[in-house]
Amino acid sequence: MGNHIVTTVIEQRAGLDVCKRLERQGFEVAYVPVQPDGLVDVETVRKAVTDKTILISVMFANNEIGTIQDVAAIGKLAKEKGIIFHTDATQALGKIRVDVEAMGIDLLSCTSHLIYGPKGVGALYVRRKAPRVRIAPLIDGGGHERGMRSGTLPVPLIVGFGRAAEICGEVMAEERTRLAGLRDHLQDVILSNVDEAFLNGHPERRLPHNLNISFAYVEGESVLMGLNKETALSSGSACTSSTLEPSYVIAALGASAELAHSSIRFSLHRFNTAEEIDYVGQRTLEVVKRLREMSPLYELAKEGVDIKSIQWKAE
Amino acid sequence: MAYSEKVVDHYNNPRNVGSFAKDTPGIGTGLVGAPECGDVMKLQIKVNLETGLIEDAKFKTFGCGSAIASSSLATEWLKGKTVDEAAKIKNTDIVNELKLPPVKIHCSVLAEDAIKAALTDYREKWATARAAADSK
Repeated sequence: MGNHIVTTVIEQRAGLDVCKRLERQGFEVAYVPVQPDGLVDVETVRKAVTDKTILISVMFANNEIGTIQDVAAIGKLAKEKGIIFHTDATQALGKIRVDVEAMGIDLLSCTSHLIYGPKGVGALYVRRKAPRVRIAPLIDGGGHERGMRSGTLPVPLIVGFGRAAEICGEVMAEERTRLAGLRDHLQDVILSNVDEAFLNGHPERRLPHNLNISFAYVEGESVLMGLNKETALSSGSACTSSTLEPSYVIAALGASAELAHSSIRFSLHRFNTAEEIDYVGQRTLEVVKRLREMSPLYELAKEGVDIKSIQWKAE
Repeated sequence: MAYSEKVVDHYNNPRNVGSFAKDTPGIGTGLVGAPECGDVMKLQIKVNLETGLIEDAKFKTFGCGSAIASSSLATEWLKGKTVDEAAKIKNTDIVNELKLPPVKIHCSVLAEDAIKAALTDYREKWATARAAADSK
């Protein structure tokens, strides 16, 4: 029995923190890096696999930058090696095609509230054959569902989750096109009007509703403060917004720490209108312009000073 | 993050944003923080070399709303003070005035550092000129 897990540096904290815990319990975890566009190179995953590897866990699509991994290729690699493949499809489910058979997925986790369902319920897909995946229960007390878990389930939440998934299935194709169109428009408005604004993540292999941009010389939280009267944006994932650390996902792309401090994620949703997106675009331009006028870094850059040449006294 | 009304007010209506030419007589400049830490403050004072009073102050800040508010407030407080009085402004005064939460206390520390750096720069450049004015 092996004790080695291969995962990536940009997994959501729910994945990374579990791996950290497993490391404390004696597991070894390889955290593979990503390319500057956020894609995991399948060959890097292959090289990280050892004869002790029992699990490959790679997120389907990233929550901050929306980059969609080549899940099918990783699934194929896992099959070749006889390793169980888990994917965190929290962001992808209901937004893009997710097919456990075609993509060689053995375990898949997802949640209701990100597909417009009720909060408080999620699901773990467990492959029953070829291969049969056996999992140890986290909660004991009766051994329901063939011993995988115990306890009484919240039926209303599950029904809501199911119905939300059904609706996603019905509207996904149309919604994907519509949201990608709105997103591309927002991206164009911002990138064509703001100098030194950079798109984070892969320009094409990306969730249709996701847009992540770094605005050089302004700090992300201050941009949000200018927009948050009317919108709910984030400068990183909600899970890390209580910390002052810059986004570890943006940092993993090889961006400077300064640009990681300057990233904003725009997530569009089913009920957004073109007017709302236009409004957000215009407000973003105003806020970034105002903040740059009060940014000492922007002033230095305009004077031709290389910011990296300054001896900053980091605290 | 819930901001106090005062932080929101300084963020929306920052006082004294701008720059003085560094080499103008009586100008002291402080540049503190680091881009990779997510906070950089530039704070400048303009001292009247005849009276020794800080006539004007300006700032530019790269950072969160609390960092902007801390430096904006600092420029307000600096005006009308002597250099020695200005040196007594403490970060805890800023914390109390803006009701900064614990995770934002470093913003007030940075503002105090910026004040000290500007005062030091002023003294290094203009203390002689100021002493000459006094002895007249």
